Amino acid sequence: MTLKRIKSVRFGILGPTEIRKMSVSEIITPDTYDEDGFPIDLGLMSQKLGVIDPGLRCKTCGGRMVECPGHFGHIELAYPVIHIGFVKKIHKVLSATCRSCGRVMLDESERMRFIEEFDKIKRTGGDIEDFENVVKDVFRAAAKSECPFCGERQLRIRFEKPASYYEVDEEGGERRLMPTDVRARLERIPDEDVRLLGMDPENARPEWMVLTVLPVPPVTARPSITLETGQRSEDDLTHKLVDILRINQRLIQNKDAGAPQLIIEDLWELLQYHVATFLDNEIPGVPPARHRSGRPLKGIAQRLKGKEGRFRGSLSGKRVNFSARTVISPDPNISIDEVGVPETIAKELTVTVYVTPRNIEDMRETVRRGPRHPGANYVRRPDGRKLKVTEKNCESLAAELDVGWRVERHLRDGDIVLFNRQPSLHRLSIMAHYVRVMPGRTFRLNPAVCPPYNADFDGDEMNLHVLQTEEARGEAKILMEVQANIISPRFGRPIIGGLHDHITGMFILTRGFKRFSRDEVLRILRGIEISEIPPPAGYDESGKPFWTGKQIFSVILPPDLNANFRAKFCDKCYERGEACKEDKCDRDSYVIIRNGELLRGVIDDKALGSFKGALIERIYKKYGPSAAKEFINKFTKLAINIITQYGFSYGINDSDLPKEAKDYITEEVLREAIERVKSLQEAYEMGELEPLPGRTEEETLELLVMQELGSARDGAGEVASRYLDIENPAVLMAKSGARGSMLNLTQMSACVGQQSIRGERIKRGYQNRTLPHFRQGDLSAEAHGFVKSSFKDGLTPIEYFFHAAGGREALVDTAVRTSQSGYFQRRLINALQDLSVRYDGTVREARGIIVQFNYGDDGVDPSKSYYERYIDEIVEEVLANHESSDESQVMRESEAEAKAKAEAEAGVEVEAADAQEMMRW
Amino acid sequence: MKRKVSILEHEWVPKHEVMSESEVEELLRKYGIGKDQLPRIKVTDPVIKEIGAKEGDVVKITRRSKTAGRSVYYRLVVAR
Ligand SMILES: [Mg+2]
Ligand SMILES: [Zn+2]
Ligand SMILES: [Zn+2]
Ligand SMILES: [Zn+2]
Repeated sequence: MTLKRIKSVRFGILGPTEIRKMSVSEIITPDTYDEDGFPIDLGLMSQKLGVIDPGLRCKTCGGRMVECPGHFGHIELAYPVIHIGFVKKIHKVLSATCRSCGRVMLDESERMRFIEEFDKIKRTGGDIEDFENVVKDVFRAAAKSECPFCGERQLRIRFEKPASYYEVDEEGGERRLMPTDVRARLERIPDEDVRLLGMDPENARPEWMVLTVLPVPPVTARPSITLETGQRSEDDLTHKLVDILRINQRLIQNKDAGAPQLIIEDLWELLQYHVATFLDNEIPGVPPARHRSGRPLKGIAQRLKGKEGRFRGSLSGKRVNFSARTVISPDPNISIDEVGVPETIAKELTVTVYVTPRNIEDMRETVRRGPRHPGANYVRRPDGRKLKVTEKNCESLAAELDVGWRVERHLRDGDIVLFNRQPSLHRLSIMAHYVRVMPGRTFRLNPAVCPPYNADFDGDEMNLHVLQTEEARGEAKILMEVQANIISPRFGRPIIGGLHDHITGMFILTRGFKRFSRDEVLRILRGIEISEIPPPAGYDESGKPFWTGKQIFSVILPPDLNANFRAKFCDKCYERGEACKEDKCDRDSYVIIRNGELLRGVIDDKALGSFKGALIERIYKKYGPSAAKEFINKFTKLAINIITQYGFSYGINDSDLPKEAKDYITEEVLREAIERVKSLQEAYEMGELEPLPGRTEEETLELLVMQELGSARDGAGEVASRYLDIENPAVLMAKSGARGSMLNLTQMSACVGQQSIRGERIKRGYQNRTLPHFRQGDLSAEAHGFVKSSFKDGLTPIEYFFHAAGGREALVDTAVRTSQSGYFQRRLINALQDLSVRYDGTVREARGIIVQFNYGDDGVDPSKSYYERYIDEIVEEVLANHESSDESQVMRESEAEAKAKAEAEAGVEVEAADAQEMMRW
Repeated sequence: MKRKVSILEHEWVPKHEVMSESEVEELLRKYGIGKDQLPRIKVTDPVIKEIGAKEGDVVKITRRSKTAGRSVYYRLVVAR
């Protein structure tokens, strides 16, 4: 087949001649089937319109069910009706054209000017928007009260929803324009004038917006279904067409019988209604046509529109086979690249296996098991016959099985599948996992892979897709495996890593030099595949050996790993202008790893957390994806063992402060702050407040008050943290980065602080006050949403109200943001979907047109780049290797060469550094 | 008092140069493409008007880049 390039697409309106031409049969009667259940000729289910019954042949083309695409029929309408999709356009066209001669009411000079403008757009290649702007001007200019051609006085055309037009004279008298009148007027517009209105007379004559003939969609587009009762149930469109035909018939009868105009007009109106709702059953101001059950019928517009419509629902996205969806739940005992699949699902999803001499025995056994789990559902013989494997025939099918057959076997342990959680916002939302068939009804997922999917276990569901070809499996294995996606392409750091208890556990294990007995060491290391434990760190008073937590952690580190970095726990002395004490850090927060041995520092969020994961990143870059995966599997297990052993819980008492601390907070910190606010307020009222540059006095006061109250809360938190040390579980979690922050803790135990709406103190409510409990104009802290209490103590009713007001804003904000960003994402994806990076480094779209000459300008994949994050370590390492190899080698490289080698190895960040250098000019 | 300022001197306008025929040939060979696969720029673009490039010319655009420091881009001048 040769591919052709689409040069243009043209849209037009179907005219009556065209509708009749494409019709294979006129449809006259509203009856569908005769007494014997056969479709009636000239009826809606006429066999000329296509086949929907297997075995029958089309009376038009002779094709069978799938071969015949179906054919249109048509209905000759007794009276014309307005096409509901064009009501606005018709109104505009009527208003711009003469009621008598049908010309567009532009005088000669205007006409010339517009023709010139259209020509200019055509010449310079303007787009549709430019074109439509001129058309808009034409309509504006043509709204005249007298025709420049025949001098006819014009009347205003009033449009009334849904589809009526009236002519209004100066006295306000109205005359209805029936569709026949409208059509007659539109017919009078000459072709050249139609062009001025932005329409193409060849493909869209204005009078075609008024229907005289209605196309009847083929039966294949509205198939009827036979219910179990044997009763036929017709498609909504068929129902609607029946309505149209009934009214049409009555209209014809009445017309022929010379019925009074009133009756005709009533029926005509009804025909208009049915044709309109056939096209669109959600017209504003029109009661939707309903099914007998009361369900609104689906018009043609409803089939196309919206999320489930033809475009978004059937073309951009479809339902797929070989997929499953269920709730997810955590299982820390499976690897991060596995997924637990319920047996019931594994028995439904199949993989097609070609029987070969190599696998025939395995496949025989599989078929023999039939519907029992690692069995098969179908076999396909070389002649193409597909046979269901049942309890009864499985033995005989197994015996009959031969090379060349295909077996649709159940999903098994080790099969590769794609796993996905919506919304699929980045490529890590779909990754390849290996199946572990399990009892239960949920998909099981290692909690460490939650971050890329943004999943949690509060009822989230996920989708699973079984790959069906070797190519797909190969591609998935190389590109989509979980371990291949540990480093995020978005920010070049691990997105998979420890969470919550993993961090807490590791923090507890590695902080300081905690001692563990032999028993404890073995229990902690249980389930982690190691063959020996290191020699003990020392012996206690009773002569028993002990190991340190740092030693235990080192067991899972690769033996030649080196690293230096500051832990999350670091107090950031360097930011306060003090020098970092590094290995002498009194908080033990400078991590030093030498030859796979954790010498100093505590392991926390910075080392292992998702989004940070300094250690995971180093292991990934140095030893590859599989090593990183194993490391994650091991440290999560280790951490869970620790936290299980050590015990870790948070109770209501843990947010208690001693009385002296509470008194100090309320009596000193908060009281003083509120006093200061009061004096600020007094100064303001006396007009003594010095306004800040560029601010009014009010703004200055607000700013100062906010500052004062902000530091009051911080002060309260500071007092609280003096009494809550690292032994407090919440502090431990906050400081290690496992969960929560010191701010959360402050709010729980000391003071909730200022509530805000739009970044300001709460101001709205009643006249000059937030609540009736305060005096008008009160500017104090309490009156504008300062919450003195802590969550633990509980809020006063007024504080509670302000807190709810602030919370509501956050809620609305997120609701608005998600819908907006979702729409923006859809548009971006639609625009960028077929861009790809080619082997020459260029980014091109589907036609091969270049979008970027070098991907991202520098051609760097962020997930493969080192940046400058630990260039020093790499240089150091290369130098070290170099020195050790020196001793055995005669050849000596200069240090400069070694450095160059190190830089070459680090590769990209040298360029990055250059880039930064260049940015400075 | 009116003073005409060339937009080419503006901080945010990268350097645009019309390429010679041989340079264009070299460029197309390098990427294995035809002229129609180059990104485009309208003749009506203010910079194109300013440097006097004609329809069918290829302009070389040298920009500052956050990632690479300096990057080069090419555009075919088109009427529409
Ligand atoms: Mg959830
Ligand atoms: Zn047919
Ligand atoms: Zn006229
Ligand atoms: Zn430090």
